[in-house]
Amino acid sequence: MPQASWKRFFSPENRYLAPAFITCILLAGHLSFGILESYKKTGIAIVAALLAELILGRIFTGKFPNLASAYISGISVGILVRSPAVWPYLLCAVVSIMSKYVLRVKGRHMWNPSNFGISVLLFLAPETVATLSIQWGNYLLPMIVIWCLGSVIIYRVRRFHITATYVTSFIAFAFMRSWITGSPWQSEIAPLTGPMYQLFIFFMVTDPKTTVRKKFWQCVVVFLVAVVEMILRLNQVVYAPFYALFLVGPTAMLIDICFESRRPTTVVAPV
Amino acid sequence: MPRSPIPRIVLGVIFGALVLSPMVIRRFEARRGAAKSILDAQTALGRHGFYFEEVSKAAGANFVHQAPTLDARLNHIMPQVASMGASVSIVDFDRDGWPDIYVTNSGEGSKNALYRNMHDGTFKDVAEDMGVANVNQPGVGVSMCAVWGDYDNDGYEDLLLVKWGRPELYHNDAGHGFTRVTDQVGLPRWVNANTALWFDYDGDGLLDFFIGGYYSEDVDLWHLANTRMMPDSFEYAKNGGRKYLFHNLGGGKFEEVAEKVGINSHRWTLAASAADLRGTGRQDLFVANDYGISELYFNDGKRFREVGEQTGVGFAPKSGMNAAVGDIFNQGRYAVYVSNISEEGVLIQGNNLWVPKEGTSGDGIKYENLARDLGVEIGGWSFGAQFGDFNNDGTLDLYLTNGYVSLDRNKSYWYDFSKIAGGHSMIINDAKNWPAMEGRSLSGYQPKRLWLNDGAGKFVNVAQAVGITDTYDGRSVAVADLWNRGVLDVVVANERGPLLIYKNNVTPENQWIEFELEGTASNRSAIGAQVTLFWNGQHQIQEVSGGTGFAAQNQRRLHFGLGKFPQIEKAVIRWPSGKTQTIDKPAAVQLHKIKEPA
Repeated sequence: MPQASWKRFFSPENRYLAPAFITCILLAGHLSFGILESYKKTGIAIVAALLAELILGRIFTGKFPNLASAYISGISVGILVRSPAVWPYLLCAVVSIMSKYVLRVKGRHMWNPSNFGISVLLFLAPETVATLSIQWGNYLLPMIVIWCLGSVIIYRVRRFHITATYVTSFIAFAFMRSWITGSPWQSEIAPLTGPMYQLFIFFMVTDPKTTVRKKFWQCVVVFLVAVVEMILRLNQVVYAPFYALFLVGPTAMLIDICFESRRPTTVVAPV
Repeated sequence: MPRSPIPRIVLGVIFGALVLSPMVIRRFEARRGAAKSILDAQTALGRHGFYFEEVSKAAGANFVHQAPTLDARLNHIMPQVASMGASVSIVDFDRDGWPDIYVTNSGEGSKNALYRNMHDGTFKDVAEDMGVANVNQPGVGVSMCAVWGDYDNDGYEDLLLVKWGRPELYHNDAGHGFTRVTDQVGLPRWVNANTALWFDYDGDGLLDFFIGGYYSEDVDLWHLANTRMMPDSFEYAKNGGRKYLFHNLGGGKFEEVAEKVGINSHRWTLAASAADLRGTGRQDLFVANDYGISELYFNDGKRFREVGEQTGVGFAPKSGMNAAVGDIFNQGRYAVYVSNISEEGVLIQGNNLWVPKEGTSGDGIKYENLARDLGVEIGGWSFGAQFGDFNNDGTLDLYLTNGYVSLDRNKSYWYDFSKIAGGHSMIINDAKNWPAMEGRSLSGYQPKRLWLNDGAGKFVNVAQAVGITDTYDGRSVAVADLWNRGVLDVVVANERGPLLIYKNNVTPENQWIEFELEGTASNRSAIGAQVTLFWNGQHQIQEVSGGTGFAAQNQRRLHFGLGKFPQIEKAVIRWPSGKTQTIDKPAAVQLHKIKEPA
């Protein structure tokens, strides 16, 4: 019996589920609260990412690639980057996509593309670039909707365990930081209530192409991201989550690739 | 797929170059943006046409602002909450033809100062003698802003003082003293406001006044009922103070009409400016709000209509702390400058320079933000700003002061601030959730900006090169020709810091002209009167203001720089009453005192 259309839409095989979700976030957020820096800048980021993917994919794989992933990268850059200038949006989007083709080991790219692009820009151009710190308005409802919808989608695409592990770890470490520094625990938890973290949790740390293969190790890696973030936060690094993922993600990927390459392959003798 | 490694190598090289390009861009922009950073007076005079000397002590104005000490439950974040109150306004209170300076203080029991111009380069504090010094007693709140306007048209400008506390109105008794008339006017018992201005919104010849609330008026910051008095959002806060519009009924009577005429906002207002933005002859009201969007109210003479989103100025929320207008392109149209917060590595809001879009006007006017394109965007934690032609070259320049909390130079509170500011309203609204500052600075010790208009659509920062070298936590800026020399001097009020008087030295090659207006059918202060000056094939419009910038008021005189060899064609005055008066070929290098014709 054919699957109901809604189930097909919300299934792991639907590569357009995540792009649809993030587009909804963008439209709802901007039309309601003006979360984007500007339509033009976000548009530039998306188009630049798509074009870069098309060109590089054609050159290096011989065919035009599926653009869902590039779209997510471009829109993530468009939402997350805050700059009065236009060039950071263009540069970040292009660098994000290029990183997939340049920074590869054994056919796998090491960094989540938008995480790479944003982290590099934040580090090298702090006088021109910041990240989204805007809120979802004053109401609890939009935040609840994003969390619920995001959780359902992530569950359907079988990545919920990553998000859940990270969020649980973040909260635990928030209380630990509060105990260590004496800051109110509410201030340590506060970043989790913002759209930046919601995008980070649902789209960056769960990226299938840049997470290790086994479920258990996915949880371990994202826990380590939270650990490194904790250390960075204790050292007052504002963009701790981005840098934590930047550092831990590819390290885990390299180890995963190493283990994968050492695993003995079974040869079945012909009968 | 290409088998040769060459494409991948090429890609790698391009990738590396792109990754490093931000550093190249940063060097290029740094070199382009700054003029020489150390004052060399003769060089500044030759290159920029002017330089400043700070003369407050020599002039006898030894004023240091004190901040309030609020409820003890705010001790952990006191420096950032008790961080406003330094304000300055220019007035000729005794009508002797020399601008005087009124400065507010904000410590409990501290005194405001009224510096009377002694005509010899010095000032004398006469606030105590005049009865406008002792206004910050415990129980009545502390001063935040003072603006002047002749509400009864007797020729002497009266004082409206707004506070975190009880606002006050003082009648100027012919320059010999002031009488408190607050009770007769019916001002509210308590308002936590940082901005006010005088304007004649209904054109009846009597000055009305606007007060913009910041904290909610039901909050007594010295005796908090609870700690949930902070904004409920960093971008969408609507739990601030209400706005007031007092309509002058004549005979010393006022009626509060804000809600009746369509001004219903509870945003956190920090600055306001009234100007005829549409050429209707009535002053519209631009309101800059902290923790949210700016608001623009079109004035139809009886009611106000909020059009911020429609015009483009009120969509993206920022931290508005200044509203100043200036005809920066000499096209007879006002741009509006709003200051916000930018901190490298954390938050880049950028200041806004709202310029009317080509082809739009009247009720259909739309604005675009050209701050970045014109080079006036990044000003640190920006506060008060004023337009003025500081080198008399014929184009309006922009002076900006900045800096929030200057404590430990080596420790920053920004990380903790960014953590809480991104939180939900349930968290951010309660002061007890805010991390303790513990002596850390928050955008402290910032260099100021003086952006020189090159006349071709670009501004260049020359502040340090022309002698603006202080790094105090600046708040309020007022400009005035303090010594009647035909140049604009600058007075800056600093939070927990000294009053600064920057005396301007301008090359005499650049000429000037000034207008001092007096209304007859219009309000006597001539607030709202416009002068459009035509010279050398260009024209510039200016308007007498009842308060503009951040908690500031400039001199009432309108000062135009003319550049070299000016050929003045005419000056067209549009009075608030609607009358238009043309003065043919007014002489340059002169102050023209003009009374509205009967």
